[in-house]
Amino acid sequence: MSIARFWRETGRRYNLGASRCTVCKTVYFPPRSVCPSCAQHRRSLGKLTPLQLSGEGEVVTFSIIHDAAEGFEVQVPYVLAIVRTKEGPQLTGQVVDIDPKEVRIGLKVHATFRKLREEGKAGVIHYGYKFSPTTGPDDGPGRPGRSEPVAATATAEAGPVRA
Amino acid sequence: MREVAVLGVGMTRFGELWDRSFREIGIEAGFQALVDAKLSSGDLGALYLGNMASGSLIAQEHIAPLILDYSGLGSHHLSAVRVEGGGASGALAFHQGYLAVASGAHDFVVVGGAEKLTDVPDVDGMRISNGAADQEWEVVFGATLPGLWGMVARRHMHEFGTTREQFARVAVHDHEMGSKNPNAHYRNRISLEAVVNATPVAEPLGMLDCAPLSDGAAAVVLGPLERARKFTDTPIRVAASQVACDSMALQHRRELTTMDATVVAAKRAFGQARRTAADVQVVELDDAYTVSALVSLEDLGFVPKGESGPTFATGAFGPGGKTVMNTSGGLKAQGRPFGAVGVAQIVEIVRQLRGEAGDRQVPGATLGLAHVLGGTGATSVVHLLERAT
Repeated sequence: MSIARFWRETGRRYNLGASRCTVCKTVYFPPRSVCPSCAQHRRSLGKLTPLQLSGEGEVVTFSIIHDAAEGFEVQVPYVLAIVRTKEGPQLTGQVVDIDPKEVRIGLKVHATFRKLREEGKAGVIHYGYKFSPTTGPDDGPGRPGRSEPVAATATAEAGPVRA
Repeated sequence: MREVAVLGVGMTRFGELWDRSFREIGIEAGFQALVDAKLSSGDLGALYLGNMASGSLIAQEHIAPLILDYSGLGSHHLSAVRVEGGGASGALAFHQGYLAVASGAHDFVVVGGAEKLTDVPDVDGMRISNGAADQEWEVVFGATLPGLWGMVARRHMHEFGTTREQFARVAVHDHEMGSKNPNAHYRNRISLEAVVNATPVAEPLGMLDCAPLSDGAAAVVLGPLERARKFTDTPIRVAASQVACDSMALQHRRELTTMDATVVAAKRAFGQARRTAADVQVVELDDAYTVSALVSLEDLGFVPKGESGPTFATGAFGPGGKTVMNTSGGLKAQGRPFGAVGVAQIVEIVRQLRGEAGDRQVPGATLGLAHVLGGTGATSVVHLLERAT
């Protein structure tokens, strides 16, 4: 993937930039320019406004990947999940900081900024969101997920699955 | 719109065809179909060629005129068009051929499907097959096609209580069927234990839940039904040809255990043919992953949603059943050369309806259904074929 191809999506991949239809209020990630939910969706053109997702959500389904996608070979086995965010959109991403055997449907997670993959030794390093379990009394709704300073979350990696 | 018939069919063996090139297999399948149809090349109006990834696999684009040329048809200056839709490419090519004849734009057309997967290493084949998923919002985050289907499987288990063993039974069934098909990539039988204990790929799916990467080509000749008797005693009528699409990424679907594109395509197809799933004796459906077969049985209307696991385990879709599934061995055992799959399914259904399927013949089959998906179901194609009376 070329540098420009990845770079142009960094707003979405780093900061969970989504969009909301001002007609029907549905939230989309990645952001859309036309709202599929509006019955007469041509009326939604230009009516979608930017919104940042909180990063809070729960696991809807997951798979433990042993045969990796390109660039993810060193991370196997890793957990791939679809996460439903509290704003509505579902995101595909890894669940980390947890033993893969402990992942369950319904697990509460929050997005965290991580390295996704690198394109060989001299290639581009791709960053973006992964999901980490949300646990403890202080980690309920409203917990700052993706709004944490990037440096803080990036250095806070821990647990059996690291990337 | 005119009625359309399949006049001839042909296909190569599927498998690791190291000694044969892309153009060789394409030509072999096409000529088999032309000979079977007793048609001379001068009668043809167009070629529709289903192919998913020739650019990535053999660095060759512009393949429709290539196959046309090396088939000796270049001087006829036919219209030749490549059709792409992930794993559904061949079925989409068939749909285009059907529309061309039905509309009267052409009288006789060849529909081909071909893919050459073993000219790249396995790991590249995997990477290229992931191109049918969303690169920007799935694959970049570590998703693979088996991983996406593994997530469908996990959700199906969660919602309906489907078990690991129930998925595995699809692979056992497909290999049993493939053992009777001389064109199949795999002709060995496998046990339930072997599938369940195979190397994990994307849990809950293991290696034997996933269709292989194969080389192969298939082709059919289509023409107007009213002229079909001149060419064959057993014309097979295309009773329905329907395509439906859905959101590209799995994460954006209404549900994760129902492929709405299949539900819609099947509904349109049964409506077009004025038939129901209960009328179908042979079905070739998308078993690229064991889970995709079970989900498709539900989405096509052969079993109610959520009941495919226990129903399939009773052997309901095996020989002697009311509807027999994947007599060819399916994508799992016959093989999975992406662009050829949808056309090969038509070849198998036609052979069944003609009564030419040998050891795997379903006695008295008159109505067959072919179904294939692109990616995780962003494209779904359903065809109904009927023995003309």
